[in-house]
Amino acid sequence: MAETAIELVGINKTFGTVHANRDINIAIPRGTIQGIIGENGAGKSTLMSILYGFYRADSGEILVNGEPRTIATSNDAIAAGIGMVHQHFMLVQNFSVLENVILGAEGEALLGRSIAKARAELKRLEREYGLDVDPDALIEDLPVGLQQRVEILKALYRGAEILILDEPTGVLTPAEADHLFRILAQLKAEGKTIVLITHKLREIMAITDNVSVMRQGTMVATRKTSETNVEELAELMVGRRVLLRVEKGEAAPGDVLLSVKNLTVRDSRDCIVVQDVGFDVRAGEIVGIAGVAGNGQSELIETISGIRRAEAGTAWLKGDTIDLTGDVGSGELRMKGLAHVPEDRHHVGLVLPFEASENTILGYHDQPRYLHGPMLDIDAIRQGARDKIARYDIRPPNEYLKTANFSGGNQQKLVLAREIENDPDVLIVGQPTRGVDVGAIEFIHKRLIEMRDAGKAVLLVSVELDEIRSLSDRILVMFDGRIVGERAGDASEGDLGLLMAGVEHRRAAE
Amino acid sequence: MSVPFAKLPAWADYGLIPLINLVVAFAVAGLVVLLVGESPFRAAAIMVEGAFGSGRNIAYTLYYSTSFIFTGLAVAVAFHGGLFNIGGEGQAYIGGLGVALVCLAFDSILPWWLTFPLAVLGAAAIGAGWAFVPAYLQAKRGSHIVITTIMFNFIAASLMVYLLVGPLKPGNSMAPQTRNFLEGGQLPKLNWLIELFGGTVRSSPFNLSFLLALLCAFLVWVLIWRTRLGYEIRTQGHSPKAARYAGIGETRIILTTMMISGALAGMMALNPVMGDQGRLQLDFVTGAGFVGIAAALMGRSHPAGIVPAALLFGMLYQGGAELAFEMPAISRDMIVIIQGLVILFAGALENMFRPSIQTLFASVSPRAVGVAKSRGGEA
Repeated sequence: MAETAIELVGINKTFGTVHANRDINIAIPRGTIQGIIGENGAGKSTLMSILYGFYRADSGEILVNGEPRTIATSNDAIAAGIGMVHQHFMLVQNFSVLENVILGAEGEALLGRSIAKARAELKRLEREYGLDVDPDALIEDLPVGLQQRVEILKALYRGAEILILDEPTGVLTPAEADHLFRILAQLKAEGKTIVLITHKLREIMAITDNVSVMRQGTMVATRKTSETNVEELAELMVGRRVLLRVEKGEAAPGDVLLSVKNLTVRDSRDCIVVQDVGFDVRAGEIVGIAGVAGNGQSELIETISGIRRAEAGTAWLKGDTIDLTGDVGSGELRMKGLAHVPEDRHHVGLVLPFEASENTILGYHDQPRYLHGPMLDIDAIRQGARDKIARYDIRPPNEYLKTANFSGGNQQKLVLAREIENDPDVLIVGQPTRGVDVGAIEFIHKRLIEMRDAGKAVLLVSVELDEIRSLSDRILVMFDGRIVGERAGDASEGDLGLLMAGVEHRRAAE
Repeated sequence: MSVPFAKLPAWADYGLIPLINLVVAFAVAGLVVLLVGESPFRAAAIMVEGAFGSGRNIAYTLYYSTSFIFTGLAVAVAFHGGLFNIGGEGQAYIGGLGVALVCLAFDSILPWWLTFPLAVLGAAAIGAGWAFVPAYLQAKRGSHIVITTIMFNFIAASLMVYLLVGPLKPGNSMAPQTRNFLEGGQLPKLNWLIELFGGTVRSSPFNLSFLLALLCAFLVWVLIWRTRLGYEIRTQGHSPKAARYAGIGETRIILTTMMISGALAGMMALNPVMGDQGRLQLDFVTGAGFVGIAAALMGRSHPAGIVPAALLFGMLYQGGAELAFEMPAISRDMIVIIQGLVILFAGALENMFRPSIQTLFASVSPRAVGVAKSRGGEA
């Protein structure tokens, strides 16, 4: 067998005029872990989609084990021994683990035989790789870490020799991520080849053998991981030197501007997602809420910003007590000086088919400065948009362009510009840098620190622990709808990780 | 993962694509004509002749178009708010009641130019009221507006039958209709407008409400793109979550949008009732409410697209009537099939040819599609 598991030669892919992949060449040695990093829009996912048969390359060749293969569908990819673990799991929630594993490989009309076979095979995989999971558990009952394991099992069950993982740690706690890395190391030891797509440089350094960097559709460099460092990789990704640490001075906390008490929230399925939460945010400080995605942070900030109704609880905003169980309305809170950069900019923070200028007034469209009676003051709106675009360096600088045509980072800047320029006293920010390129992250972080230094109260929610740690002056950790701990801004990752996993909390309950 | 898309220049988006859809629709319709053993070219010639061949024919075409502009605008306004108002037919039908009540009450004491604004208000108010109930049920109870507005079409039809065979019928009459309106309840004809351009019209139903329809088209444009309410309607329509985030009350927007939509549909009744027949009679809407859906789809919910689309459907109505008369093999139902094909290709399959045209544009003239060069595929 050849030494090279996969080789891509001269891969090109264009969408319309966009050159998503340009002359990509890469050879991945068998039995290694290959990292692929790059900013959003660098073409990583496109490349992997070509490898997995979602897209066809316009030109170029794919060699698996040294032999040219045509991969037109994902079935071809599976046949070539390539398995993929998607960022968003492709699992049927109300099926058992076994049922999910045989999905697409059911074999015959009656399931009995293939289920028995799968059960035996799962046993073997469990023995060999330490991939233990109850075959009869329903997916919806499993934590995300285990769901991901099922995805890996699915790929291995189909005989994958080459495993592609797309941003696998986005939904995991640090401990779960460590466990995943141990599994990957085990798989590597058994001779499997692993391709890890991520934008987290730390993971690349921790686990990969080789790393390839993509920028604007081209493969700009491939390095041995042992011979490179985080700074060099970041520079390769962005094409210039990047400040990885956020520079900030000491916080000077002042009066409490926002105070939340006894907040309890139920979701649409009537489950309690936020339970008896209370905290203060002072002028001139950034309070970070850390936690693995789905532990109530989203519902928490939606409720405080008036999008969602609470089961119980009050907020105290600059002297006004607000009953969060009523229909508060985000408009009213905005008037009282509370701005909100929502987690989901595509569906909540922006209206994508609108022109950029129209989005710069979303939520502020009833302010007199944008109106002539019932009519919109189009000139004032466009002028305001031009100002914001200039000040936030939004590219392309075109206020007529449809918002959907801006990149993620520029869309996020559009939202930030709108919310910050309105000069709020309290700023609630959800996932400020999700899907945002490294250059824009630096910019956004600076703005948030500026807000703090201007004496505003900033509440930051992020699933990126690094982001929380580098920005926050105080950190609250949420687990299972509760705040399970408070730490100073310089708390160690391990300490926070334990809290995020609910370990301390469980210990206290026992 | 998103595929970056090539944006077409406006002329291709609003001109070329509808044109291609139309050509395909007519080609398929031609095949149908061929199937029944007639010449498609002669049929097309008869239709065009029937629609535009004389001043009178043009007047009829414009008369039909007037109704479709009203109902098309009604559907479009609701579309912008994310609501699919299928109830234009019923709202227009019941709107006739508003027109008739005003005319019956005032035609003997007021001149037409005073009755007219009152009739506009009457039609709009009753149309809006009829749309209010489904809107309220949608906003407060979550009952789907498509279902409820369809149901309300049937209720409107039954109600009108009851009124026209009962309370509104003059005691000595045997026809299910109101008495004829007097001079003060009839709109002046616009035949002079066509004669101004050299056509001759002896008699036609083409009347003043055509100008009102054009005015409404302009006002709808102002409403949707230039007012705060329009901004809120569009936000709600594109993204209810963003609307909630922006503090836009969903209930208020659903109710207002649907009432504006119903008012526009109701005003359609002015055209046949006050402009042509001069009395309220059964089934005067004749499907205009549904054609309005097609006109709105084809016109991309923009008044500047709806007016030409309404003209096209007016042409199909008038030309189709002539065709059924001239070619006995082509029955009235065939005309409906041809209209259906236009609706199918121009409305429902609106996006069928779009991807290939986009690819074509991207390869022929990259700059025309306006995609920033530096953008890669979403990673």
